[in-house]
Amino acid sequence: MTKRANIKDILINNGIIILMVVMAIYVSITEPTFRSPNNLINILINMAPRVIIALGVSGCLITKGTDLSAGRMVGLSACIAGTLLQRADYSGKVYPNLGEMNIILVLLICIAVCAVFGLINGLVISYLNVPPFIGTLGMQLIVYGICLVYTNATPLGGYIPQYTSIATGTLIPGFRPTNYLIIIAFIIGLFMYFLYNHTCHGKYMYAIGGNENAAEVSGVNVKRTKVIIYTLAAGMYAIAGYLLGAKAGGASVNLGLSYELDAIAACTIGGVSVNGGIGKISSVVIGVAVFELLKSCLQFLGVDTNAQYIAQGVVIVTAIALDIRKYVAKK
Amino acid sequence: MAEYRLEMKGICKSFPGVKALDHVNLNLRPGTVHALMGENGAGKSTLMKCLFGIYKMDEGEVYLDGRKLDVANPDDALRKGLAMVHQELQPIPARSIAENMFCGRYPTKGIMVDAKRMNEEAAKWLKEVKLDFDPRTKLGELSISQMQSVEIAKAVSMNARVVILDEPTSSLTDNEVEALFKIIEDLKSRGVSLVYISHKMSEIKRIADDITIMRDGTYVGTWPAAEMSMDDIIAKMVGRELTALFPPKDNKPGEVLMEINNFSSIYPRSFQNVSFKLRRGEILGFGGLVGAQRTELMEAIFGIRNITSGEVIKDGRKLRIKRPADAINRGIGLITEDRRGTGILGCLSIADNVSIASLRKYVQGGVKLNHKQIEDLVQDNVKKLSIKTPSSKTKIQSLSGGNQQKVIISRWLANNPDVLIMDEPTRGIDVGAKYEIYQIMLDLAKQGKGIIMISSEMAELIGMSDRILVMCNGKITGEITEKDEMTQENIMQYATQF
Repeated sequence: MTKRANIKDILINNGIIILMVVMAIYVSITEPTFRSPNNLINILINMAPRVIIALGVSGCLITKGTDLSAGRMVGLSACIAGTLLQRADYSGKVYPNLGEMNIILVLLICIAVCAVFGLINGLVISYLNVPPFIGTLGMQLIVYGICLVYTNATPLGGYIPQYTSIATGTLIPGFRPTNYLIIIAFIIGLFMYFLYNHTCHGKYMYAIGGNENAAEVSGVNVKRTKVIIYTLAAGMYAIAGYLLGAKAGGASVNLGLSYELDAIAACTIGGVSVNGGIGKISSVVIGVAVFELLKSCLQFLGVDTNAQYIAQGVVIVTAIALDIRKYVAKK
Repeated sequence: MAEYRLEMKGICKSFPGVKALDHVNLNLRPGTVHALMGENGAGKSTLMKCLFGIYKMDEGEVYLDGRKLDVANPDDALRKGLAMVHQELQPIPARSIAENMFCGRYPTKGIMVDAKRMNEEAAKWLKEVKLDFDPRTKLGELSISQMQSVEIAKAVSMNARVVILDEPTSSLTDNEVEALFKIIEDLKSRGVSLVYISHKMSEIKRIADDITIMRDGTYVGTWPAAEMSMDDIIAKMVGRELTALFPPKDNKPGEVLMEINNFSSIYPRSFQNVSFKLRRGEILGFGGLVGAQRTELMEAIFGIRNITSGEVIKDGRKLRIKRPADAINRGIGLITEDRRGTGILGCLSIADNVSIASLRKYVQGGVKLNHKQIEDLVQDNVKKLSIKTPSSKTKIQSLSGGNQQKVIISRWLANNPDVLIMDEPTRGIDVGAKYEIYQIMLDLAKQGKGIIMISSEMAELIGMSDRILVMCNGKITGEITEKDEMTQENIMQYATQF
């Protein structure tokens, strides 16, 4: 009896994931190109920047916060990289006198700029006690505004080949599964896994999410931990933005629009609890995978791109309802 | 007319494992103040909650003016003529006085609230309780005592025949208390019966006509207030056998370990000018009634609450404690009274819960945690404290209260503090686990640690303490050092020296 109840619970709690898998199987039968290695690798490449953003947001969610500025920071990072990595012979070059810059140096600049905004997010949330929802909502507008002013709202393009090849190049020449984006996302995933499971910071983060007051009483520096989380998250958005710029071969202020919502939704689908304290790296990756599978399936099924938003919205609300259900039932 | 305004007969109420009320009676004569007295946990609040339909009583009957009364919920009670002014008021500070008074029964004109009539009515009732305020004033601008008066005005406006005042003077100044007593006299003269729940003997002697005393959920008796001396009341409140079991006390207090000097809260109504000393190997008990500010004092020492003055001297050095982390680094631990709120990390494992306060000790090479050492620590504690759990990965929220408490104790043992403050260490724990926790406390004392134990359980306080400090109203009102002077009567005496 209890066993059957358990199976039912497992089915309901993982309903979205199961539904997606069923859908993916259905699509791969009706549309054989869906299961072609090429398409699966495309999905992985699309996932890569999304996973990085979601990993950044996951820390905020685990501590019962959120970060609505993620998408705009992704855009800002892509635009900064875009302005600094344009070809010398490109007619629309933003800084015509700027020489060719090192792509790693530019990445570090992007990370540094976004980290400053993340730091401000953390300080505002920790020391001014502004609710994360509001604090990062404000930051979303601020960053967007800065990006508009910085680029004059002009789309960017004409990148140097070293930059764009990050998205197309592979570690093992000719072997697409070793695409740099996939490799980078994988390394960042490993880094975050180590951080979450093998350091004081990770343990403190889960403790704050589990019970902030108890964590404080146990000597956890709650404020500092939160500042680190939001700063680190911003660094992740910067990397993702930088990679997305390379992938698209161009950038505009609208790059990254509403990516924070996708990331939050993906985390929740994967099992990061909006009630805090719970969420693994694998949850985040699974969540993003499910979300990207959904998009790909809908494309293959020929669903109108505009109508796809409706499906995504339904999935997000359902996922959160199922997540909350676990805790309501426990009372 | 019935002899009694309100009769409660043979009220019984059980909670899982506890008989909270066992055939309790309460009879109010019309136009009198009836004091309801008893220690913490005697069942006063439970009785009132039964009266107001917040709890459903298992047995017993209630009569109002001779007619049988069934109350479904507090709202229903108010409509039937019972009103309660809570210890913790629950008003809506951002709305006006009038809106608070008429919340849930706004006078209407069609579908609109008739604000004009509401304000006029409110003004009339405010005058009744001598409160000179525009009813459109936001309630939040009033002092606590004025809010209380508004609550009373609300009760009067509902034509309440019975008004319950639960610790009404706990946050009032002397002048405000006088004003309240005038209102009470006025209510009495209209034939309203009042139940007055308070620990303040002087107030009871002044305004109560009758006294009913409860003890451990049972009805002790009802007497005319004039016939009872303070000592009589205390004796009847505490007169029970102490049956709890304690391990043999074989610890020996040594030299002074920590000194607390002149601790004063930023809130004038909380602890003020508190000083005491703690010795090595000593279990120092802190007694007092709920609201005596013992918890607040300890939390201030631990850096959770703000103070205007006060110093902590440990091992001859003055400590700077701004946050709990500072206290922990200086060898002080605190097991809070609110296990759920500030103790357990519910959704995390036992291992995480045990190690959280001492993680820094298990860092290797600057960053990486040594999971093996942590696991050893956890296993060691699970064995030493006989924590009953399937594994160290079990979530703490699935354990029983006693085992949760042992996990929290492990958290502090892992840190090896010199001073361990334990706030209600055995609250909500079964007898067997209690004994084990007492044994742990004694073991720690024998190792030369100083233990401060706040307890509202008389038996525990007397059975475990080497010395007892009693607090009342934010001050230390008594110190009991001799074992044979540690009696319930003496503690109660000090605890009620307002």
